This record gives sequence, structure tokens and C-alpha cells, in this order.
Amino acid sequence: MNAPLRRVAISVLVLFTLLIVNVNYIQVWRSADLRADPGNTRVLSEEYDRQRGSIVVAGNEIAVSTRTDDALTYLRQYPQGELYAAVTGYYSLLYSSSGLERTENDVLTGSDPRLFGRRLADLFTGRDLTGGNVVLTLDPAAQQAGMEGLDGVTGAVVALEPSTGKVLALGSTPSYDPTLLSSHDPDAIRAYADELGAQDPDPRLNQATSEIYPPGSIFKVIVSAAALEDGYTPQTTVPAPDVLTLPGTETPLRNFGNSSCNGGADQSLIDALTISCNTAFAQLGIDLGEEKVRDMAEAFGMTDETTELPLEVTGSTMGEIESDAALGQASIGQRNVRMTPVQAALIAATVANGGTQMKPYLVDQIQAPDLTVEDQTEPEESGSPISAETADELTDMMVSVVENGSGRRAQIDGVEVAGKTGTAQTGNDTPDHNWFIGFAPADDPQIAVAVFVANGGGTGGDVSAPIAQRVMSAYLQAQGSD
Amino acid sequence: MSPAQPPARGPGTDPRAAAAPGVDAPPKRRNTELALLGFAVVITIAGQCIVDITVTDALSPELATFSAWFAAIWLVAHLVVRRIAPYADPLILPCVALLSGIGLAMIHRLDIAGDQIGSAASREDAPVQLLWATVGLALFIGVLLVVRDHRVLSRYAYTLALVGIALLALPALLPDSISEVNGAKIWIRVAGFSIQPGEFAKICMIVFFAAYLVDKRDVLALASRRVLGLELPRGRDLGPVLVAWALSILVLVFERDLGSSLLLFGIFVVMLYVATERVSWLVIGLGLFAVGATAAYRLFGHVQARVDVWLDPFAYRNGAGYQLVQSLFGLGTGGLFGAGLGGGRPDQVPVAKTDFIAAALGEELGLFGLVAIIVVYLLLVERGLRTSLIVRDGFGKLLAAGLAFGVAWQLFVVLGGVTGLLPLTGLTTPFVAYGGSSLVANFALVAVLVRISDAARRPAAPPAPAPPRLGDAPTEIVQR
Repeated sequence: MNAPLRRVAISVLVLFTLLIVNVNYIQVWRSADLRADPGNTRVLSEEYDRQRGSIVVAGNEIAVSTRTDDALTYLRQYPQGELYAAVTGYYSLLYSSSGLERTENDVLTGSDPRLFGRRLADLFTGRDLTGGNVVLTLDPAAQQAGMEGLDGVTGAVVALEPSTGKVLALGSTPSYDPTLLSSHDPDAIRAYADELGAQDPDPRLNQATSEIYPPGSIFKVIVSAAALEDGYTPQTTVPAPDVLTLPGTETPLRNFGNSSCNGGADQSLIDALTISCNTAFAQLGIDLGEEKVRDMAEAFGMTDETTELPLEVTGSTMGEIESDAALGQASIGQRNVRMTPVQAALIAATVANGGTQMKPYLVDQIQAPDLTVEDQTEPEESGSPISAETADELTDMMVSVVENGSGRRAQIDGVEVAGKTGTAQTGNDTPDHNWFIGFAPADDPQIAVAVFVANGGGTGGDVSAPIAQRVMSAYLQAQGSD
Repeated sequence: MSPAQPPARGPGTDPRAAAAPGVDAPPKRRNTELALLGFAVVITIAGQCIVDITVTDALSPELATFSAWFAAIWLVAHLVVRRIAPYADPLILPCVALLSGIGLAMIHRLDIAGDQIGSAASREDAPVQLLWATVGLALFIGVLLVVRDHRVLSRYAYTLALVGIALLALPALLPDSISEVNGAKIWIRVAGFSIQPGEFAKICMIVFFAAYLVDKRDVLALASRRVLGLELPRGRDLGPVLVAWALSILVLVFERDLGSSLLLFGIFVVMLYVATERVSWLVIGLGLFAVGATAAYRLFGHVQARVDVWLDPFAYRNGAGYQLVQSLFGLGTGGLFGAGLGGGRPDQVPVAKTDFIAAALGEELGLFGLVAIIVVYLLLVERGLRTSLIVRDGFGKLLAAGLAFGVAWQLFVVLGGVTGLLPLTGLTTPFVAYGGSSLVANFALVAVLVRISDAARRPAAPPAPAPPRLGDAPTEIVQR
């Protein structure tokens, strides 16, 4: 019986090897995933034992951990909770975490490799392990102005520094107080979460980064860019009929409020953009063809791919184009075109920066607990969708929009502002979405901004342009007074 | 205490050594065993200290009593072995001591998890487990004292088979109120005590299998027909394997106990293979298993649920898969080095002390700790199989092989379940998990293994002096 016995012994070895390999797979290979799983509360409760790093805007902590006497040692608080909720997110016992609290967790807990040396030192000196600080690019004046402007509506504001891609403002309304979701009292957390869940939309949704909406006429900037790159000039005249029957259909495409662009006559490109002529841009898009428009949209970043600020930004897209009729509708930002406010701001910033797109970023520095800088984000180019010449021409056209056209309410005294309004039909009986993208000063852009108001009911020029104006002037004023 | 080497027995004094040079009496290695036991006890006590200090910042007042008690158990076990099984394998006992010690430390650690936030109130299960270990030790000594020669067991094979089947069947026949816990009817709960008779049945059945198979091995091995290059047994010889299979199915149906069913059938098939040296039995066994498993999956909701959870635990993370997912979280969070004893949150896995103690160990001791524990099991099992290799009688061989493989198979099924390699079954981790029946029964199992290993390594009794050949015998004159 010894021969089969030896085989049994070997089989046992094989069985145990299987166990060991499987345990390796779980504890090493899948370890990071399992740790990071939102259902895993272990890491969270372990993290509460350490002082979590702060999130800092212009020297002020907007998320900070303070010591308490209860069993979870550190309490997370957000001194200006509602103002920055869309950026910080929350850090909750029950609901895990969101926003930068989630994406920058490794830095805030101190486990990020960039803080490794620091952690090692802590280990040897016996100091309590503490997390690193995350210093943001946000500008308090711009953020404040944007959130005040959006008070009472559902919407979003995103402002970028065109030359670097720094995010100067990022807000979403309705907002909420992350401090209440981050308390140590499970019942209170649950009650507040229920309250938020009952609202429409849930304030925890980030309108600036996570939601995509039809952009309406701000998409005409993309079509204009495609035309200019294709040899058009701002003075090139294009057909601008009062009503355009979409090719291959009986469907009439009209201008806003059934108005006439130029009495039915042809119109220059700059004038068509200034008054946001729908029929002219629908026909222009069809004339350019899907490929040129789509290529330009993708060059500007509408590739349907998720990006990171490091907040996750849903991909914007031109969508499926089934026919020339669909292309006509897409060319005025309807049909299947969908955009996040972050993408809208990026379009304005790219034009403002002479056609070179800078990758937007929110985290300026990673600091060790003693405030020494461990990592500094360097601006990074992410593409050049248009030439500097096209950008100049487009800027002139967008200045005309603010000076003579639909964007007048974005004007700032003594500053030349460029912009474009958007009023997007929502497809059902709900009021239109209102957009504005722009930048200022037009000759030396310091800030590019996108404002979105969901179902604002007016036009982009009435509803969103004034908010954008507040953000830009607040920022320029704050910069000027420095 | 005797020295490590066997008492000096020079070639001049040992008749066998003179007869066969190089074949000395094997060293008894009792002092090796003692040293290793000491090591196991030290590790256990260190574990308890680390748990106390990490969780409560102070040593618990019971620590001294606990340590002394635990050390005493193993000292007594050692002394008994030294006295009545002096040639026993010196590694078996220390492996068991280490495993049960680690188990106790982890149970104690889970007891005081109540001091951490968000956990159930503390319980005092570790002292109870220590008590069970003491009972187990008594049974261990009892078995060694009563069974002076393991071959005696084969005489009671059929009696033990009856006892085993009765023990297996008992919970199925009792009302649910007495026998059912968490859906499995495998308990007898009387006066505050819960007994899992299946654990004892396992040993009885292994003894029976060994005796039966040794008896019938020739028939099972030789009479055959050749089909498709495979030596197939005759139809009528399929009886025993079919009976074992049917028994497993009955256990599965009436007690909803996937684990015991799989355990018994696996052990039987492997013993059948060892006895007959015929691969065809393995093939037949696997075939029957496939049929049974498929039928069980089709027919029984609870089997189906287990399989579904196994295939994608995260899809059932808040329902049926909660335990397994929490277990995987624990293991994953533990990572390479673990959170350290007392540093993790193993209490978040439901029933961490019993079914999921391996997850708790993996979380706090990390990959290194868990693999080390698996290796200790491997050591124990391979020592058992080695015993089986060197013991001289067929019954002893099969019995040792069955017992050793039983431990290995049980560990594989349990640990495989807890780590998502196999569907969850609900067996206990031998020696480590909380639970009196399992611990006591496994101590009895070890006693039998120790007894066989003693027989295996004991030098053969000096051959009786050969009767003098007739021609050599001096003529004896019988005077009338």
C-alpha cells in the first residue's frame, strides 16, 4: 500500500499548495482592491485612529481632523462645508468617503508613497503617524462668487486658469454640509443622509463633474473652431435661413424664439455666433461633415473617457450621429451631445490659452504634516486642438458675443470679456438648461469659466452669464488687489 | 529525564544490533518533543500577552492561570506519551499544541473585541475552550491507556460503524429545536451544551473503513474487468463505495451538512484507493461525486445558494455572501504581514471564532502567519502519512492514512471555503476553531495516530528464538 500512500502524500501537498497559492492571491494580489472596497469598514476604523491630513485652500483648512474623547479618536470637520462640498466630499463612518477625501485618501492617511520617508521617520521616532495635507488650486473669491451666484438653483460652476489648468473654482448646487455626514453619531448621519436622499437632485451628486447635459449653443464654439481650421474666416458668410428643413426629413430647425438671424440672408460667421444663429450652425456643421466636427470635439476633450482632476470627471461626448439631420442638431449642441461643466470650462480655457489645452488639476501641493512640500503639481499640456491664429479669431468672435450679442450680461467694466451662451432644450416639458462659457480679460486671459444652471428657465445669457461675470470679476479683483 | 539519545545500549548488549549491524533501535526523541512543546507553549503565551496589551493596554489577570493550565495540559500529555507510547512520533503532539494554542489566543482576542468600538459585548469563550482542551486531553490519555495496541480496534470495527452511523443520524432524527443551528441539523443541544456528534462519527467511520478495507482489499483489488484501459471492479464489488456514497447523500439531505458529507466521502474514496492501489476507484469516486454534486445543486436550494455565493461573493455582499465577503476583506486588509494580533477587526466577520477563525488569523497574522499555520498542518498530516508508510500492519497503515488524510481534507475544505477557493461548507478548522466537540474528537484522533506511530517506530519485538533444527538438537535420552 506504500505506493498509493506516497501519491496521497503528494496530493496533500498539492491541496495545501492550492490553499497557499489562493491565500497569496487574496492577501497580496487582491489586497489593494479589498482594502479599498467601500464595503470594507476596517480600513476606515483604523484610519480614525490617526490624524488625517487637512485639505487646504489659500492657507485655510477646508477639511480638518480634530481630536475628540470618543472611541473614534479623530473627528472630520469642514469649516466651510457647503462652499467646498463638491470638492472635499465627505468622510463618513457609514457611507465610506467621496470627493477628494476618497481620491486623495492615501495622502491624507499618510500611506502615499510620496510620504514614505516621512512615515518611516515617524515609525522610528515613535511619533503618531499623521497624514499629509492636500493643498488645492482653488481661489476662495472665485469659489465664493460662483456658489453665491448659484444659490437657489441646481447647477455648477467651474473656473480654470487658462495658462496652467489650475482649477480656480468648482461648485455644485444644491450643496450639503459634509460635516454632518462625517460625524461619529450613526443615527444623526443616517438621518441627514435620508434628508439629502429625499431631495431632487440629491445634493451629493456632483453637477460639475459627474453629470452630463446637452450643451446647447456653447457647442457652436467647437463648430466654429472646426470651420476656422477648415479655412473659414470670421467674415466668411454662411447661409442663415429663418427655418432649416433638416436634410432627409420634414423636421424644421428654427432659431431661438422663432427669430430670424439676418432676415433669411447669408450671414458672416462672427455675426452668426454673436446672435447664436441655429440654422447657420446646423447648416455649417452639415457642410463641414461629421468627421471634422467630431475630430474637433474630441480634440477639445470630448472623447467619452473618464478623466481625473483627481475628482473623477465623467466623459463628455458628441454621441451617435445617425444622419445629416442628426449632425445638424448636434452642431447646435442638441441631439446626443453631452457635456460636463468641467469640459465646458476646458473649452473656454483652451481658446483663452491660444489653442493649447492645459490638463486641469485641483491638487497644487502635497504637504507633509510639518507643511514641507513633498510634491508640487507641474502644469501639463494635454493637446492643441486649434492653432494660435484660430484661437485669436475665435476669441474675437466670442468677444463679439459678449459685446454685441447674447452674452452682454457677462460684461465687466473696463475688462474685455469673451464668451458664449447656451440654452439647451431638455427634450421633455422641463425648462431649458442654461450655459455660459467665457474668459477674461480677452487679451490676457486670467480665468476661464463655465456656468451651468439646470432647467434655469431663461436663456444662457440671462441666467448663467451674470453668474460667470460675478466669478470672473471677483477673481480679477482679488488678483488685482494682491 | 532520560537523555536525548536512547539509553546506552551497546552493540554488546543488544542482541539485534549484533545480528543486523546498522539497524539500531530508533531514537525515541521524547526530549525533542518536550522542547518543541515548550516552544508551542511559549508562542501561545506570547500570543495571549500581545493580544491583551494591544487591545486593552494591560495583561489580563487570568493570564497566569491560563498559561500555567495550558502548559500543564501539554506537560501531562507529554509525560503520558513518554510512559506508554515512548516511540511515538515526536512532532505530532507539538503541532497539535501549537495549533490549539494559536486557536486559543485568537479566541481570547475575539473575546475581548468587545472593548473595541462597534463590536458585540465581550464573551468568555477562551476559558471554555481551555476546559474543552482539558477534556480532550483526558480522552487522549484514556485512548492511549485503553488502546495499547491499535490492532485491537479492528475487532470493534462493526460496532464502531454502528456507533458512527448512529451519531451521524442522531441529529437528523431529533427535532429541529434540539439539532438545528443556522440551517444545519448537526447538533445535539442539551442543558446548555452543544455537541456535534459528526466529529466523533468521523473517527468511528475511519476505523471501520480501515478494518473493512483491509479485510476486503484483495477482492476489491483483484477481481476486475478491463474497460477502456481502466481496470473496473465487478458490479457486486461496487457495494461498499455505493453505501458510503449513499450515506454521504443522506447526511446532506437530512442534515443539510455539506461539509461532513464531502469529508466522509472524500476520506472513504482515498482509503479505498490506498487499500486497493487501483486508480479506477478514484475515477469511480469522482464520478459518483460529480453525480451527487450535480443532483444536489439541482435539487437543494441551500446547495445552490452556496455555489452561487462561491462563484461571485460580491454580488451577494449584503446577503448570503456577507460572511465570505467580510472574510475576504479581513484577509485582504491583513495583507502580507497582517494587522498584528489585536490590531485588526476580525470580529467583523460573523462567527469568526468557529467557521471563520482562519480569516481572523489571516487578517491579524497576515499571509506569513496564515501560511505558517498551513505549514504546521502540513507537517502534522505528513507525519501521520509517514507513520502510515512505516507501520507494519495493513490495518494500521490504512487507519493512519485515513486519519491523517482526514485532517488534511477537512482543513482543505474549510480553508478553501473561507478563502473562496471552494463553496463554503461549515466544517470546523481542526484544533484551532472554537467548539468542544471538534476539539475533543480531534484529540482522540491524535491519540490513535500517536498510538500507531508508537507501534510504527517501536523496534520489532526480538524474534522468538528459532526452534532448534532437529539435527542440531542433542539427543535426549528419556529414561523410563
